Amino acid sequence: MNENSMEVLPLLEVEGLTKFFGGLRAVNDFNMTIFKGELVGLIGPNGAGKTTVFNQITGIYLPTKGTVKLNGTNLVGFEPHEITRAGIGRTFQNIRLFNGLSVLDNVRIAFHSSAGYNLLDSILSNERYSQKEREITGQAQDLLDVMKLSRFQNEIVKNLPYGEQRRVEIARAMACQPQLLLLDEPAAGMNPREIIQLMDMIHFIRDNFKLTILLIEHQMRVVMGICERITVMDFGEIIARGTPKEIQDNRLVIEAYLGKGAANVA
Amino acid sequence: MELKSILFSLVKIIAVIAYLYGLLWVLGVKVPVIKVGSRKLNISLLLNAVGAVVAFYVIQLALTDFNGFKLLNSFDSGLLYQACSMTMVALGLNLIYGFNGQFSLGQWGFYGIGAYAAADVTFRWMNGDSRGLTVLGIGVILGGLTILLIRKFLSNLRRMPVLSSFTLYLIGAVIAGVAAVFAGKFLAPFIDPYLGNSLEPGVLNQSFPMSIVFFFAVVFGGIFAAEVSFLFGLPVLSLGSDYFGIATLGFSIVIYTLMVNSDTILPFPEMKGGRGMIGIPKLTTWPWAFFFMLTVIIIMRNIIRSSTGRSIISVREDEIAARSMGIDVAETKLMSFVVGSLFAGLGGGVYAHYIGFLSPNAFDFLVGFNPLIIIVFGGLGSMTGTITAAFGWIFFLEGMLREILGKISPEAPSWRYVLYPLTLLLLMLVRPQGLLGNIEWGFLKAKITPLRNNETKEGVKTA
Amino acid sequence: MQSVSKHQKPITIVSPNSFLAWIGKFLLILLGLLALYVLAKNLIAKPSLFAQNVLDGLKLGFVYALIALGYTMVYGIVKLINFAHGDVFMVGAFVSYFAIENLGLHVWPMVVFPNITPMLGSILGTISVILLAMVICVLLAITIERVAYKPLRDAPRIAALITAIGVSFFLEYFGLLQFVFSARFISYKRPFEEVTWYINDGIHAIEKGVATPPGSITFSNIFVIIIVATVLAQIFLQYLVRKTKIGIAMRATSFDKPTARLMGINVDQVISFTFGIGAAFAALGGVLFAIAYPSIRTLMGVYPGLKAFVAAVLGGIGSIPGAFVGALIMGQAESLTASYISTPMRDAIAFSILIIVLLIRPTGIFGEPEKEKA
Repeated sequence: MNENSMEVLPLLEVEGLTKFFGGLRAVNDFNMTIFKGELVGLIGPNGAGKTTVFNQITGIYLPTKGTVKLNGTNLVGFEPHEITRAGIGRTFQNIRLFNGLSVLDNVRIAFHSSAGYNLLDSILSNERYSQKEREITGQAQDLLDVMKLSRFQNEIVKNLPYGEQRRVEIARAMACQPQLLLLDEPAAGMNPREIIQLMDMIHFIRDNFKLTILLIEHQMRVVMGICERITVMDFGEIIARGTPKEIQDNRLVIEAYLGKGAANVA
Repeated sequence: MELKSILFSLVKIIAVIAYLYGLLWVLGVKVPVIKVGSRKLNISLLLNAVGAVVAFYVIQLALTDFNGFKLLNSFDSGLLYQACSMTMVALGLNLIYGFNGQFSLGQWGFYGIGAYAAADVTFRWMNGDSRGLTVLGIGVILGGLTILLIRKFLSNLRRMPVLSSFTLYLIGAVIAGVAAVFAGKFLAPFIDPYLGNSLEPGVLNQSFPMSIVFFFAVVFGGIFAAEVSFLFGLPVLSLGSDYFGIATLGFSIVIYTLMVNSDTILPFPEMKGGRGMIGIPKLTTWPWAFFFMLTVIIIMRNIIRSSTGRSIISVREDEIAARSMGIDVAETKLMSFVVGSLFAGLGGGVYAHYIGFLSPNAFDFLVGFNPLIIIVFGGLGSMTGTITAAFGWIFFLEGMLREILGKISPEAPSWRYVLYPLTLLLLMLVRPQGLLGNIEWGFLKAKITPLRNNETKEGVKTA
Repeated sequence: MQSVSKHQKPITIVSPNSFLAWIGKFLLILLGLLALYVLAKNLIAKPSLFAQNVLDGLKLGFVYALIALGYTMVYGIVKLINFAHGDVFMVGAFVSYFAIENLGLHVWPMVVFPNITPMLGSILGTISVILLAMVICVLLAITIERVAYKPLRDAPRIAALITAIGVSFFLEYFGLLQFVFSARFISYKRPFEEVTWYINDGIHAIEKGVATPPGSITFSNIFVIIIVATVLAQIFLQYLVRKTKIGIAMRATSFDKPTARLMGINVDQVISFTFGIGAAFAALGGVLFAIAYPSIRTLMGVYPGLKAFVAAVLGGIGSIPGAFVGALIMGQAESLTASYISTPMRDAIAFSILIIVLLIRPTGIFGEPEKEKA
């Protein structure tokens, strides 16, 4: 897809992203360009700095250096909620759902920035409020449909099984109406059957919602199975990038994973 | 005889609470829109209005004297007003703590601010001084405008130290306050002649204009409390939860100290410092108390079931996730804190004009735990629970228990403060989530989202 | 899909050195200068009076430090603001009052050993009064912990907090009943005689009926006792926490309860022990407070308790040296405000200091920053 879109502006451009925690260099000179519609994987051993990259892109950490551009606009310095509103949705490595609320409410919360009515409308409980509220509920239910969660919509989310919770998180991230979706280890803790389902689902949402997806994953078979391009990190630096095939044969990557990665893939 | 009167007061309490819920239920009834010819008739709206009016008159009737028989005597009606104001304060705190998760012990301070501000307005008005109303009114309006203006200025700045924003707002507030004082001085000669003095009330001191003044006094008092909470909350809300609680506790103690010194350190000789402010006109009547309480309940319920309400709750559940879902956490916290304090301020105004006497001791921090206990008792995040607990609290503790224990021996009423912590301990041991957890009834319940038809089928199939 | 366009409004990142970033600091500096001005003015005007106020503040601060230890340790381990701690302090004072007034416990050495020197006798007597108060308070605190807090260990934190408030109210209102401690101020009989000295060209004892020369600073044996007791308590506690087995268990428990349990630590016992230690220090504080300010009443624990708690937060709750430093600051703030600004404003100033410190260091002076992980 990206080969014939050279003239198109990239969706996300990360340049020279660097993060120091005190004296510790978590991420050093991270560069990445993602074009519209791509499905890109970011892999690396534990502590390689993948999640730190996510947290910098989404504004939870302020980068020490570097720029993050979405559609050509530099996002560094914006608050996380503004970055989300600008079009980057995300999920979390250790699920962060709104535990006490129902599945539907979890998703509806994410519509807040596009609710289309303000506090005064809701206090007066006027026509605009009820109309928009119906729309939000409808859209949320559509998303739950897509993620095959409809029958859980009134369940309290903390009572759901792990795999379902991961899917709720994806549905919630999509409710932010992002252009770029960042998935942080979406398959963690899932069984093989669920993983296959999840891979289908990720493909499906990418194609049907015209999303661009960047995902962090440990499970090689997920990354190799669905990603078109892969970037590998180790000790805060990029050590390789390329297609799944190229990555599989990359010596540096195999070394970084101490053979584990290679064994998994082979 | 004793038993009969005890039973009677118990029945009265239950009746009032049941009545309130009946009313809220009526308000929540959804009736399909009926078409009459080409016009749509929204029956449910009509029903709401009728329900509110009927509710109001039924209690009004209960308060009326029929040849010496009043269903609710003056003692009961006093409890009713107290319960109304307590409900407002507790609902405000529930918004801050129960729904937004910000552990605040400062609610009582805002309650006190509202009470003193509103009382000062009507007190001065009654004694021929219009500056209370004009200064407070112009002050809160100018203050609000200044806050909006500075917000506009700050909106494109990032990583602004919170103390700096606070300082800017503080400067703005001081300027607005000074301007309001001058405006009040300027307006006084035009209004004061119509006020007369306490011996010869002027045109504007008759009962009707006075009730209008009362309304504005309470509203401005509430807004004043809200603006103070904005200034205070802005820097302090960035603290971690326990630290925020302690800072707010500190706030309510600072407010208490200022009340004790209101005639020496603050320039309000009429508040008489620690001796207490006497002679506040008793303007709280059932219609007003009812009006303010119902407004607060409805506003709060409408906020909670809206998108803003969901964002408030999401901050309680997980701040980082909320931020990543496009929710401005700092703003949401500030908003719920300000709205909660507004409710407290309104409650304070209603209380001050019921009791007619304000002593700083009523705003001591130990008493300030009461709203917290009420919302935990009723269930955090449950409006129903809060309203029930607030009414129950006032009626049982101030009403029934005092009456019953008073009959046993004159000393016994002080035992009720020994009994209630024990009840509290028992409740916490048995049901730590509060009486009602987060259950809502009737009108207060968020709209249930119906399962769409196709999903119901699918749900049944797969379940 | 939303576009970025509505966010293309340019933003400015306020650099930490710009004027806007400094406005807030200017406000703080202004406040600091004002405080310094008031202090310096009074120091220059009457140095000896100033020194006297500082000494009085120290006396208060050291008592607060004793109470603050209990708050900070309990919070460090169970993350509970133990509101009942101030009332344990009150109970300590009352126990010693009854021991002296009704049992005459402070004179037992003179009764049992008639030949004992008066000095040794009163020291032994006072120590036994303090020990009795400590034992009773420890029992009380452990009972409270077992009955009220332990069943709630897995409940939401607010439930435990409300319970703590409930226990505190119960102790207060029960104490207020006519046949218990009542609401009266009760004058307290010291277990030993107060001896005062003044400093003016050396230290001299004050004799009855002889006026001290102007410009002298007075202090008493009570002041010395309070300082010695508090310093010993601090050293003991530091030793306990750093060097002993139970201290290590306490630190492990405060760090991670489930893991501590897996390591074979009896967490319940450790928590009870912590409550007990805290109560013992509160009792010591209560007796010393009553000796220093010999008028006691049921609600005497409320404000000292609150101040001590604030001191613990100010110093960084969970930190033992922090509690000590915070308490000294609170003592000075109270004493100096009362003398140079206005007595009723001292609580307001104390709490304003707390709020300002928290704004600068959100977890107190010695507190470790809260970690937040995405």
